Amino acid sequence: MAIQNKAVSKDLIFQAITDSFKKLNPLVMIKNPVMFVVEVGTLITLILSIKPDIFGVSTGGRGYNVAVFFILFFTVLFANFAEALAEGRGKAQADTLRKTKSETMAKVKQKDGSYKELPSTSLRKGDIVRVDTGEMIPSDGEIIEGLASIDESAITGESAPVIKEAGGDFSSVTGGTRVVSDFIIVKIITDPGESFLDRMISLVEGASRQKTPNEMALTTLLAVLTLIFLFVIMTLVLIADYLKVHLDVATLIALLVCLIPTTIGGLLSAIGIAGMNRVTQFNVLAMSGKAVEAAGDIDTMILDKTGTITFGNRMASAFVPVANVSEQEVTFAALQASVKDETPEGRSVVELARKQGVHWDEKEYDGAGIIEFTAETRMSGLTLKNGIEIRKGAVDAIKKYVADKSGSVPVDLDEKATVIAKAGGTPLAVAINHKIYGLIYLKDTVKPGLKERFAELRAMGIKTVMCTGDNPLTAATIAKEAGVDEFIAEAKPEDKIAAIKKEQEEGKLVAMTGDGTNDAPALAQADVGLAMNSGTMAAKEAANMIDLDSDPTKLLSVIAIGKQLLITRGALTTFSISNDIAKYFAIIPALFITFIPPLQSLNIMGLASPKSAILSALIFNAIIIPLLIPIAMKGAKYKAMSANKLLSRNLFIYGFGGVVVPFIGIKIIDMIVAAFHLA
Amino acid sequence: MTMGLIQVVVTLLIAGLLVKPVGTYLVKVFDYETTGLDRFFRPGERFIYRLIGVREKESMGWKKYVFAMLLTNFIMMMFMYVIFRIQKFLPLNPDMIDNMPPALAFNTAASFITNTNWQAYSGENSLSYLSQMIAITFPMFTSAATGFAVAIAFIRGLVARQNNLGNFYVDLIRSITRVFLPLSFIVALFLVFQGVPQTLHGAADATTLEDAKQMITRGPVASLESIKHIGTNGGGYFGTNSSHPFENPTPLSNLMEILCMLLLPTALVYAFGVMIKNKRQGWSIFAAMGIMFLVFLSIVFIAEYNGTPALHALGVHGNMEGKEVRFGISGSALFTAVTTAATTGSVNNMHDSLTPIGGLVPLGEMMLNNVFGGKGVGLLNGLLYVILTVFICGLMVGRTPEFLGKKIESKEVKLASIALLVHPVLILVSTAIAFVTPSAISSIANPGSHGLTEVLYAFTSGAANNGSAFAGLGANTTFYNIAIGLVMLLGRYISIIAMLAIAGSFATKKVAAATSGTFRTDTPLFTGILVVIIVVIGALTFFPALALGPIAEHLGMFH
Repeated sequence: MAIQNKAVSKDLIFQAITDSFKKLNPLVMIKNPVMFVVEVGTLITLILSIKPDIFGVSTGGRGYNVAVFFILFFTVLFANFAEALAEGRGKAQADTLRKTKSETMAKVKQKDGSYKELPSTSLRKGDIVRVDTGEMIPSDGEIIEGLASIDESAITGESAPVIKEAGGDFSSVTGGTRVVSDFIIVKIITDPGESFLDRMISLVEGASRQKTPNEMALTTLLAVLTLIFLFVIMTLVLIADYLKVHLDVATLIALLVCLIPTTIGGLLSAIGIAGMNRVTQFNVLAMSGKAVEAAGDIDTMILDKTGTITFGNRMASAFVPVANVSEQEVTFAALQASVKDETPEGRSVVELARKQGVHWDEKEYDGAGIIEFTAETRMSGLTLKNGIEIRKGAVDAIKKYVADKSGSVPVDLDEKATVIAKAGGTPLAVAINHKIYGLIYLKDTVKPGLKERFAELRAMGIKTVMCTGDNPLTAATIAKEAGVDEFIAEAKPEDKIAAIKKEQEEGKLVAMTGDGTNDAPALAQADVGLAMNSGTMAAKEAANMIDLDSDPTKLLSVIAIGKQLLITRGALTTFSISNDIAKYFAIIPALFITFIPPLQSLNIMGLASPKSAILSALIFNAIIIPLLIPIAMKGAKYKAMSANKLLSRNLFIYGFGGVVVPFIGIKIIDMIVAAFHLA
Repeated sequence: MTMGLIQVVVTLLIAGLLVKPVGTYLVKVFDYETTGLDRFFRPGERFIYRLIGVREKESMGWKKYVFAMLLTNFIMMMFMYVIFRIQKFLPLNPDMIDNMPPALAFNTAASFITNTNWQAYSGENSLSYLSQMIAITFPMFTSAATGFAVAIAFIRGLVARQNNLGNFYVDLIRSITRVFLPLSFIVALFLVFQGVPQTLHGAADATTLEDAKQMITRGPVASLESIKHIGTNGGGYFGTNSSHPFENPTPLSNLMEILCMLLLPTALVYAFGVMIKNKRQGWSIFAAMGIMFLVFLSIVFIAEYNGTPALHALGVHGNMEGKEVRFGISGSALFTAVTTAATTGSVNNMHDSLTPIGGLVPLGEMMLNNVFGGKGVGLLNGLLYVILTVFICGLMVGRTPEFLGKKIESKEVKLASIALLVHPVLILVSTAIAFVTPSAISSIANPGSHGLTEVLYAFTSGAANNGSAFAGLGANTTFYNIAIGLVMLLGRYISIIAMLAIAGSFATKKVAAATSGTFRTDTPLFTGILVVIIVVIGALTFFPALALGPIAEHLGMFH
């Protein structure tokens, strides 16, 4: 995506500050029950600041009430700011996209066959448009005629144009991309406002953001905890009244706000939005937050071999001599056959030879006759100026070639070729004139670093399944090399669905990637389906995520983001609840001390005065929100490890830390408050 | 103190040894497949099923199960109420006891149908023998069996593949025929051997050594006494409950009663592990409950042995006020910790006379309500906290939280929230209402923090369906009878309904496969987290009220 995700800019912060005030609207606030209670508390303390004795004698006095009011007010603002900041990032991304979506004119085919210029917004499903060189494609569609290179950088950020043509898996075009050469006739497949770009804008902007299932569940729990504490405080007033203990209203509100989970309540929606943003920053477009959450739960990943696990093009991995030829000789012969070969296979031969320490003079081969590979001959090579013919190609083609020159086929050629084929490789024979020198061992290569990532996944309890059209032997070799847990060889599209269903019946959640139209049913069946942007519209529609860079390995990152999202929520909830212990020790003695002096022994932090204790706890409660915004935005640190290790680690940091930090924090704030005689 | 400690250790050791065999037996009792027990019990049970028209094979979804439970309980409660109201005109009333007034009859019926056994009356002068037998002893069986049934139903839901929690009537009848009746019979015989009366004769007239006339009340005590503890009911035959020499005559009967209280609540946790085919899971929850129990026990034990500064000043060590000499401090402290842990509610000493911190222990156990807890419902409450713990901490491993492979989603959290909310709200709101009601305040015997604790204790006991009284509170007033009656009913049925709804929802969920990425709930680490979550949520909720009550009183002793 052509979106720059710079660190938080000044504009963004300014916008977020403005928004945090707008969000004070109670109708907006009520969606967040925890912060709504704080807002109501703020209003009551505002009244108490104006008329301190409205609910009976205010023991704290006006100055104290004003202080409580401001701290509460900032608590609400901080929470709003976190949310606004997270939303702001999405909005900035959306604005960039919206510029792409500027009004364009489209040449629409009329009933009489002529083309008429109409605004792109008037396009409807089924309209036929013509797009010429340099023009913007007005809306999503399928090419029904023609072939063109298209610049999709507006959406993918990838500047190299891609070729799209009618028919097949590369016929879908996206509105907002530009035709760089040739022309195409496109059948529009979406109505205005429903195009890919529209959906993308509304997704990154968070306009269509719905609370995810887990977020809803957590909101419920937080609301109930808030309700319990509301009951605790309200009944406390009446119970204390029996002991002739009359509690100060501002202090009670302070206690309530300290106890309800404001930290997680204030950051919860920011965590969700930021999680979506992180996915977007990876250039992956998640159709819903639910999909991102589901990614964290994935138990099994089904990956295509070609393009995902391997590079997909076969590379030379060894030179195998036959008969009485030496390894140096076959290497040099293979090199000569490939010097002028610009195919990936050819280049990989040259690369391998160089690695093996072969030196040669490029100039020697200038002016040599280049024999291109064709489907009939199935070989390629050079004819040197001195008439020497060097060829490489399919084994039987080379055999036929030397036989025609009445050369002989070495006895061990077939045997060695079979060994290579059985190991999952492709043998290429090399011959100079009528003599066969040996074989080039071409192999599909596993992408570097994947083996380690699969091992990480295994540690996290995620099983990887490789899907390939190769024969079982080849599949087994690659599977072993990549370190996947299982593989499906000679897989047909139906096999993929069957594999997904089988895993799902065992109670597992399955993720997969795909791009072709025949992947669409499997993408829809999977719990997380990641479609490649280069793929067909059908695949993209069926998937719940689209990778704009068309890099299938991104699935691994998406899973990590999903996990991180859930961890962040759990971690901050734990932190928030753990904090309450210290706050109780600060406020309870302060609350009752004048009536029940022995309760002073609960003041284990040795806070200066009841007022400073309450204000310190409240200040701590407020500033912890902005301090935790970075964690909410970036997500809690996540490394791949087993659930038990992860739990122990996070429990220590956020659980134990959550108990200890406020004791220290409140004490420090109290010392400052006392030093300046603020209370 | 050493002797006392040995007594405690020996008692707990015996209780510990009984967990596995009894738990294994319980699993068999509720196994619908044919078991060896059938030959012995089936014929009688089949007769009962025919008699009341139960279709034994009928399976029930959660709604049907709840409906059957509520209907049965409602009819029984109405029946009990009527008996109390007309006992004067019914047979087996040798001491010519009058009818109960409406509010007290409501309170008593609510109390015994909910397994609370809060007693606003004194048995010896408020109930006829018939009432004692069919409106007190009878619901002691059925209420315990109801609690058992719902716990078993919940466990079935956890492991079920479809919305089938079993058959309530079969569960109810089986728990009575296969567990409570045989056990009660044996224990009753043992108690008779120890000197507990079992007779239908009226009160005995005795002439004391000083030639004074004394009327000694008696009755079918042993039969009530045995189910009172086995069913964790707690309602005594006499007003002074298990401190009365006819209810609990010897240290040996005291030991027996403690063992009876612990027997089924502890064994059920083990049975849970067996039923879900993960014994480690059962033990990890058992450990959490056990740790909390031991901590509470130690607190009351030490507090009572330490006594108070005022007693120290008199040269008296340890607090014997309100305790029976034949049980001593250790026998009393252990009984206190056990009776409120297992939410039995019988007392062998006056909790009102415990030291403030000692008195905090029974209060605290009832507030948590899951330190083993009452018959069945204790396990349910424990599992409620397990679900909450899994939900909060399970997120920290980066997956949607799941327990036994069932995902905990919005619906379960909502239902669990209701169950979580109801207990503190009932306690705090009813206590607060009491303190703004002049008639309720006038029932309080002691002023200040102690009086506050008396009221708080009464409602906590009601909400936890414990039934033990702190004493010192004249609870037989219209206000307390109605208020505590309602608290008992709401405290029991709302959480049971919510929990069975969760079971129903779990039952239809797909079971997620466990991998190394799954949050393990059968480890010592989980036990630790569970304890912390239970204590922290409990402490956060009740700390302010406790600070004004027992904590303030305790700290006040030193000033």
